[in-house]
Amino acid sequence: MSEMMTSPTPNGVELMAFRIGAQEFCVDIVSVREIRGWTPATALPHSPDFVRGVINLRGVVLPIVDLAARLGLACVEPTSRHVIIVAQVGKQIVGLLVDAVSEILTVTDDMVQPTPDVASEMAKTFVRGVLAINQRMISLIALDEILPKTLRDAA
Amino acid sequence: MDTIETIKLTFFQECEEQLAELESGLLAMNEGAADSETVNAVFRAVHSIKGGAGAFKLDDLVRFAHIFETTLDQIRIGQLPPSPEVMKVVLRTADVLADLVAAAREGDRLDEAKWLPALEECRALSDASHDAIELADFQPVRVSFDDIDAPVAPARPPRVFTIYFKPKRELYANANESVLLLRELARLGEMTVACDASALPLLGELDADGAYFAWTVELVTTRDEAEIREVFEFVEGDCDLTIEGAAIPAPAPSDVAALIRRVQAEMGAESRAPAFVQRPAPVHANAPLKLVADAAPSEGRSAAPPAKADIAKNEIAPPAATIRVEFDRVDRLINLVGELVINQAMLSQRIIEAGFANGSAVTVGLDELEQLTREIQESVMAIRAQPVKSLFQRMSRIVREVADATGKSARLKTEGESTEIDKTVVERLADPLTHLIRNAIDHGLEAPHSRAAAGKLSEGIVRLSAAHRSGRVIIEVADDGAGIDRARVRDVAIGKGLIPADAQLTDAEIDNLIFLPGFSTVSELSNISGRGVGMDVVKRSIQALGGRISIASRPGKGSTFTMSLPLTLAVLDGMVVSTSGQTLVVPLTAIVETLRPKSGDVHALGSGADVLAIRGSFVPLIDVGRALGFRTVPADPLTSVVILIETEGRARNALLVDTIQDQRQVVIKSLEANYCHVPDIAAATILGDGRVALILDVDALVARSRGDVAPADLPFAEAG
Repeated sequence: MSEMMTSPTPNGVELMAFRIGAQEFCVDIVSVREIRGWTPATALPHSPDFVRGVINLRGVVLPIVDLAARLGLACVEPTSRHVIIVAQVGKQIVGLLVDAVSEILTVTDDMVQPTPDVASEMAKTFVRGVLAINQRMISLIALDEILPKTLRDAA
Repeated sequence: MDTIETIKLTFFQECEEQLAELESGLLAMNEGAADSETVNAVFRAVHSIKGGAGAFKLDDLVRFAHIFETTLDQIRIGQLPPSPEVMKVVLRTADVLADLVAAAREGDRLDEAKWLPALEECRALSDASHDAIELADFQPVRVSFDDIDAPVAPARPPRVFTIYFKPKRELYANANESVLLLRELARLGEMTVACDASALPLLGELDADGAYFAWTVELVTTRDEAEIREVFEFVEGDCDLTIEGAAIPAPAPSDVAALIRRVQAEMGAESRAPAFVQRPAPVHANAPLKLVADAAPSEGRSAAPPAKADIAKNEIAPPAATIRVEFDRVDRLINLVGELVINQAMLSQRIIEAGFANGSAVTVGLDELEQLTREIQESVMAIRAQPVKSLFQRMSRIVREVADATGKSARLKTEGESTEIDKTVVERLADPLTHLIRNAIDHGLEAPHSRAAAGKLSEGIVRLSAAHRSGRVIIEVADDGAGIDRARVRDVAIGKGLIPADAQLTDAEIDNLIFLPGFSTVSELSNISGRGVGMDVVKRSIQALGGRISIASRPGKGSTFTMSLPLTLAVLDGMVVSTSGQTLVVPLTAIVETLRPKSGDVHALGSGADVLAIRGSFVPLIDVGRALGFRTVPADPLTSVVILIETEGRARNALLVDTIQDQRQVVIKSLEANYCHVPDIAAATILGDGRVALILDVDALVARSRGDVAPADLPFAEAG
């Protein structure tokens, strides 16, 4: 099991950066349980389009959220080169489908800039802040909003 | 949780076991099938509860248990014959004791009005027997309510026992005290004690927590070995203990004091002062000593001759060794074994694909693996399985209470108590079963005078039975009452608008009307059965367990409710089908038959609705792929398969799927754990290829396709 449970280092928090299309995002590494390759998911009826279905993660039925669709980006049919980030969100475990995982960043709180005021609904809902690293912009994603509220309440 | 709370928790867990023991023992006594060991077990159960309760200062419980214990002790020593009247009071007292324990567990105090009457009733019982004995001018027997630890034994020739007692350090670590045990022993008769201090090291090597002393006690007593062992009941395993009955006459009583003084001198240096010498052993002056013929002197310290009784006892009821394990651990094991089964299935598939010949070493090995895996799975499932005995025992209390409240005379007969079923099923059966039993007495059984008029015994019988039948557990609740009043049921159903006034119903259909929501034949709510809970709720709870309930009634003979339940909630028998490229599992319990429709069987009815003609009648046809949104183009019925299903309301529906793949047992996995409830889907499972397949919620699918609101509750509980 490639479990990673890193706690904040004295120098700040560790974030895991990943890529969807041309955009870069990151999440707090504490919530990341493991990373695995894409395997075809079993479709769930009557589900939002960003829920790709469920897969078998060593006996646990794991829902797969297509992060591109969730963030309102152009989505593509996943291939074996796509990656699933298995993340802990509250009491649940969710698989996030992304294009690729790029690196682990160590940042301090003051490096996180407030989200620029743009019209995008997605930016307001999911992006907690942005980081400027080596001329790149990496958006910090808040995972607790990834599953819609109604779904989480129902669960 | 702090330590005290943990210990308290253990105490209440043990109380639960003691109460179960008490109940089963009392019921055996009530049937007149009790040997002395049963009576002893009953007494010990109450005694242990009292002891534990004292430690936690649960005063009500101690007070109550004490009186109860006194009464039981009188039964035990034969002063109070366990007549039906006495047993009735005793059983009621046991019920109240259970209530007191339950209240104490919640941290509450039970209202005195609820237990004082029972206490007095119980006390009256023991007082009466006491008086009766005195009046009959037997040898006067003093019964003390304060000193229950020294019950008066029936006259028996005294015997000499040699008891070797060597505490281990664990004994002291568990806060036991040798001196107290020896003092307890001294109450049983005359004793002389020799202390063996040879193991005592030099002061420098002395471990403060160590145990260095051993005692050899010669006890002259009229009690038997079991009673001596009882003194050491709580330190068993924490000490070396041998008890042997010897044929040597005891030293003269006058020597005892001297002997004790000698022992005292020998033990002088020890800090755990032998306080027992301050209370000289009771002296039986001129007690006639009769040698017990079979108690031949035995060599060594084996407890050979007196153990005979023990051996005989063990043959009757071998004590089952048990361990307590948290359920989480068991569930984790079950999950892992589920994985193992799936992995093994995947491996088989790969090996077949790899083209190994049948009979080759690999496939033979694989077959063995499969066999083993299945055995492991069954054994693990068996850990969760529990006999229905405890559940049935609880029902006898319900019968007593309801019979008392309704003024009817009723007796519970149970069968198949050792039938095992998943623990969760056992727990969730309690409410529906309680309701059925209440109904059986309140509505089923007639009043005593009507029974007499009908030529029946005035005492009604409620029969509760459990049995395994074709992979399921069948539980029946039967009464020998009047049966269902069909004319009345029909009138009520019409009056409540549940059926049209001109409906033509068979007897069975009328009987099943009682399961309809909103049906209750009792116009005024009685506080027995009518608690706003109808038979529809019973039916729903049984269905929530993946079971079915049916009723059979014969006028004048009684009614029988039959419940068919799955052995476990962790697995399900299902038919694996595919539709629109998706694999689904249809629970086998819902399936009536499968068929291939012929051209002309399918008819359109209105817009977008199809019906299937089957043997002259028409049933709604549901295209599963479309209903679940997997495709928009309707399937061609001629290339599809129809699964005829029967839902809750006994309505038949036809499900249209592409193909049937397999029929197999699947491990139920929760979708809610990491996601949420999905409409039309009951749960998920993992198939042999490692992929997730969804288990169809047939009832919800049918309800939704009819345009009804899908029921919110799920037909299965999830195992993980």
